[in-house]
Amino acid sequence: MATDTTTRTVTRPVTEFADTRLDSQIPDGPIEGTWDKHRVQMKLVNPANKRKYTIIVVGSGLAGASAAATMAELGYNVKCFFYQDSARRAHSIAAQGGINAAKNYRNDGDSIYRLFYDTVKGGDFRAREANVYRLAQVSLNIIDQCAAQGVPFAREYGGLLDNRSFGGAQVSRTFYARGQTGQQLLIGAYQALSRQVAAGKVQIFPRTEMLDLVLINDRARGIVTRDMVTGKIESHLGDAVVLGTGGYGNVFYLSTNAKGCNATAIWRAHRKGAFFANPCYTQIHPTCIPVSGDHQSKLTLMSESLRNDGRIWVPKKAGDTRDPRNIPEGERDYYLEERYPSFGNLVPRDVASRNAKQVCDDGRGVGSGGLGVYLDFSDAIKRLGEQVIRERYGNLFHMYQKITAENPYEVPMRIYPAVHYTMGGLWVDYNLMSSIPGLFVIGEANFSDHGANRLGASALMQGLADGYFVLPYTIGNYLAQATFDKVSVDHPSFRETEQEVDQRTKRLLAINGKRSVDSFHRELGKLVWDYCGMGRNEQGLQLALERIPALREEFWQNVRVLGDAADLNQELEKAGRVADFLEFAELMTTDALHRAESCGGHFREESQTPEGEAKRDDEHFSYAAAWQFTGVGKKPVLHKEPLEFEYVKPSQRSYK
Amino acid sequence: MDLTLKVWRQKNVSSQGQFITHPAKNISPDMSFLEMLDVINQELITKGDEPIAFDHDCREGICGMCSLMINGIAHGPEAGTTACQLHMRSFKDGDTITIEPWRARAFPILKDLIVDRSAFERVIQAGGYISVSTGSAPDANSIPVPKKDADFSMDAAACIGCGACVAACPNASAMLFVGAKISHLGVLPQGQVERYERAVTMVQQMDEEGFGNCTNAGECSAVCPKEISLDVIARMNRDLIKASFMQIAGKKVAGKK
Amino acid sequence: MTGVMTLYRSSIGKKAIMAVSGLILVGFLAIHMYGNTKMYQGPEAFNAYAAGLREFGYPVLGHEHFLWLFRIVLIASVTLHIWSATSLTLTSRKSTMARGVMPRAPYGRKETIVASYAARTMRWGGILIAIFIIYHLLHFTFGVVGYGSNEFQHAHGDEYQVYNNVVRGFSVWPVSAFYIIAMGALGLHLFHGIWSMFQTLGWNNGNYDGFLRGLAMVITAVIIIGNISFPIAVLAGIVK
Repeated sequence: MATDTTTRTVTRPVTEFADTRLDSQIPDGPIEGTWDKHRVQMKLVNPANKRKYTIIVVGSGLAGASAAATMAELGYNVKCFFYQDSARRAHSIAAQGGINAAKNYRNDGDSIYRLFYDTVKGGDFRAREANVYRLAQVSLNIIDQCAAQGVPFAREYGGLLDNRSFGGAQVSRTFYARGQTGQQLLIGAYQALSRQVAAGKVQIFPRTEMLDLVLINDRARGIVTRDMVTGKIESHLGDAVVLGTGGYGNVFYLSTNAKGCNATAIWRAHRKGAFFANPCYTQIHPTCIPVSGDHQSKLTLMSESLRNDGRIWVPKKAGDTRDPRNIPEGERDYYLEERYPSFGNLVPRDVASRNAKQVCDDGRGVGSGGLGVYLDFSDAIKRLGEQVIRERYGNLFHMYQKITAENPYEVPMRIYPAVHYTMGGLWVDYNLMSSIPGLFVIGEANFSDHGANRLGASALMQGLADGYFVLPYTIGNYLAQATFDKVSVDHPSFRETEQEVDQRTKRLLAINGKRSVDSFHRELGKLVWDYCGMGRNEQGLQLALERIPALREEFWQNVRVLGDAADLNQELEKAGRVADFLEFAELMTTDALHRAESCGGHFREESQTPEGEAKRDDEHFSYAAAWQFTGVGKKPVLHKEPLEFEYVKPSQRSYK
Repeated sequence: MDLTLKVWRQKNVSSQGQFITHPAKNISPDMSFLEMLDVINQELITKGDEPIAFDHDCREGICGMCSLMINGIAHGPEAGTTACQLHMRSFKDGDTITIEPWRARAFPILKDLIVDRSAFERVIQAGGYISVSTGSAPDANSIPVPKKDADFSMDAAACIGCGACVAACPNASAMLFVGAKISHLGVLPQGQVERYERAVTMVQQMDEEGFGNCTNAGECSAVCPKEISLDVIARMNRDLIKASFMQIAGKKVAGKK
Repeated sequence: MTGVMTLYRSSIGKKAIMAVSGLILVGFLAIHMYGNTKMYQGPEAFNAYAAGLREFGYPVLGHEHFLWLFRIVLIASVTLHIWSATSLTLTSRKSTMARGVMPRAPYGRKETIVASYAARTMRWGGILIAIFIIYHLLHFTFGVVGYGSNEFQHAHGDEYQVYNNVVRGFSVWPVSAFYIIAMGALGLHLFHGIWSMFQTLGWNNGNYDGFLRGLAMVITAVIIIGNISFPIAVLAGIVK
């Protein structure tokens, strides 16, 4: 077993063996038949027995809602928990662009294999081939299902589904519903869920937050929750627990996630034994609206389609504060066009983001605070006319103007990268089960399908694939084989966990220090953004690893949480989440430090080509890093799942 | 800029609330309305006072969580905008801003500016879906939908369920919300089978929840952040009336569970 | 039966009842106004019109049978219209109360954005119109208010003196003024009511919303201008 952490692995990485505890359960044989073969081999639960099982689903986004609805349709009893007041508000709703499916409706050469290939390559060879292949396969069913549910996808005049090319894909495989695809898919899943609530098969728990996982005889058997209105701490017993609680992007404080998004559910599960894989993989989206001041509470993303017509530049001279319209052509640096002549402004997300950071680090950033680059449409307007630009991007320009009060038809837009999605998550096997038997993890909360970088329009696909078409099969396989002790919520494990949760809450309220929860969160966010963001180096990561525990220490001494435990208390909710982020951040940084290669969205400064481009290190890092919790502030144990590429041979990406 | 906030403060669902005045100093016009409230809350915490509770989540105008009555207008003065996308530049230095929760019998106030909108959930559960279990769907392109219908359906489906329509309605009617769902599904070929049952069961639930009726004032549509049109209400009325005539003619419509 | 109950129980059903009864009343108003224009043809024509109403449908129908049928439909419509309005108003009052909090004034501050004056005054307008109808019946039908002694001439057999009664009645300017004000209220009620009827019965959609609003305006204008012309004509001495 590998116990290497931090500095030692940087200099002497160990990849020579597989960890027996990380059996990915992938059936052998040709990849095209893996999922079919597995479906035949899986054990089934007798239809009459399904109603004897209760499944706990935490989260009601695309993955959680679709899984809850589908399992209820199969006959299981489902309890679905979410912190919002309605399942329809989960943050999947904010996805704009679209959802990929290898339908090949456009007859442009798409296929399951091509979608699989693009996704593995796009993930910079850090995803599992078999999972990705299955994802591409079920992508077809997702579109059918959603269309039948009444998702109002964009149509052509003949009444058939429209597609567009998205995120640099060379085929048109993205289905969309205006700029609100995530919303419409979520409403479809939410409606399916509502149908099962009406049928009595799903019980929903709105404004309820999972605060811990309960294990009985080493199996996940339930959760402890807090009712966010009454403050009541409650236990819920089930035969399996499913986490569809999204990513951990809010560890950065500023991200495009919703304010309530948090890592508490997955972090608490990690503390109870679930391995956390690749926590350092976060996706930074290049086209967000820059921060306007210290009051900034979240970042707003704009579709990256803007880069199709906009030209990105900064002034050549550092500290040039002239009105961009007065900066002559010769004094502008169109840095992407210059460095990547063949892709220009259309380089992938990670490359665009990294370069923006670099020019801003050089002091050439624009706007207040100097964290921004220009995205200029004046040439496109000259070439195509304002009307064409208005038709293409009118709604985005409108949104930009609403937020910044600047007119992008006249003044270049200012953009800056922002944290957008997290590819890392709880480690799961091919059945989506974590290292804790009976604990399943779906959607963004798991680590499985996107490797080190997610392609556009793939998040929605993965959430729904897991929820509608993968988990409902694999969970039956688990239930059919497991033996369950007859227990109730009076079991000592529940009582102990309830007490722990209660004590933690009381402790947070009792500190009564000087600093607000937000001030800690902001400080933590800046720390990880500066040292564990787009660009990272050993020295910075070491520094962060010193400062995070200190900040955590201060938090538990000096945070001020007012109000009661038995009341609606938003500060208390935030405090619990930030406390978990303060523990998680250390793991994320530890993982980043050990992964001494540049890959996906992450530029490790020590690992670059002579031209200054990202350099992946397949020899030493072609594995998923799954971390085991050993205690707060203690070094986690690293388990490695080697990644083998039989079909898509790793190659270095180049966009020159 | 410096402002004065008149904010509704209420401890919980069973206690009496009141307006409390909070000064808001040095507010940047670039802040969003909710960021302004964040700043006030930080000051309150520093002073040892409980911060103002308000619902919010995505802060990009799509989740429908935020729900503030700002100066007597649901989501504030900008049309087609949720409170989270409203910016302080819409106000002037020295303004007094009144901030209240949605007020309707069907939306009990939980705390300060937070209301319970679970009535909307039950209305959707009463029939706001197409009954299609996972796996049973035909190929997506086997059901063509005329573009015009798909567009109309999308207009209605844009509803974010925020409840501003109820808040603004002089009768606290939920007809724009319910009409939007009935229209979104009812115009699509996929939604035809259950179209009339859906109208009956959803309207029934809407009435049971204690929402008022429509007097065609149009306030709902005017404050709707997604600018959903009153057409959806006409469509719902038509479907319900038609359903009742179908029942009179002896057809079994509704009564499903 | 379930269908009837669906209509009777639901808010939308009640609104449909209001719309249909309203439609009948609008029809009545139009005929009433048109019939009254006979006064411009002189006393004989107008009095004969009054008498003729009793014989409408004769000899198929008996004396005043049609009139009573007509009156029954009208009374039923007015009753249903007021019943549905009252029921819906009471529901709305309850609906706007946030439980236990500020029962009468739901909001500390509330702005109106697009609701027209007509839409906002439907209920008060309706009450004013109801009062007006009672006055109108007591005035021109029964002759018990608004006249000096012996000014109102009751019918003798087939002899009707409605022309005299209208002229005498409208010659009192405060009475005419009240009629004109009431017609203003009726106009607002009709304009919003007619457009609402299309909306309530589901005949509206975005494509002809403008047309329907125009149509409501035209119908309202014809009825109200016609009605207002009568007291003005009397006061101006055109009808005497």
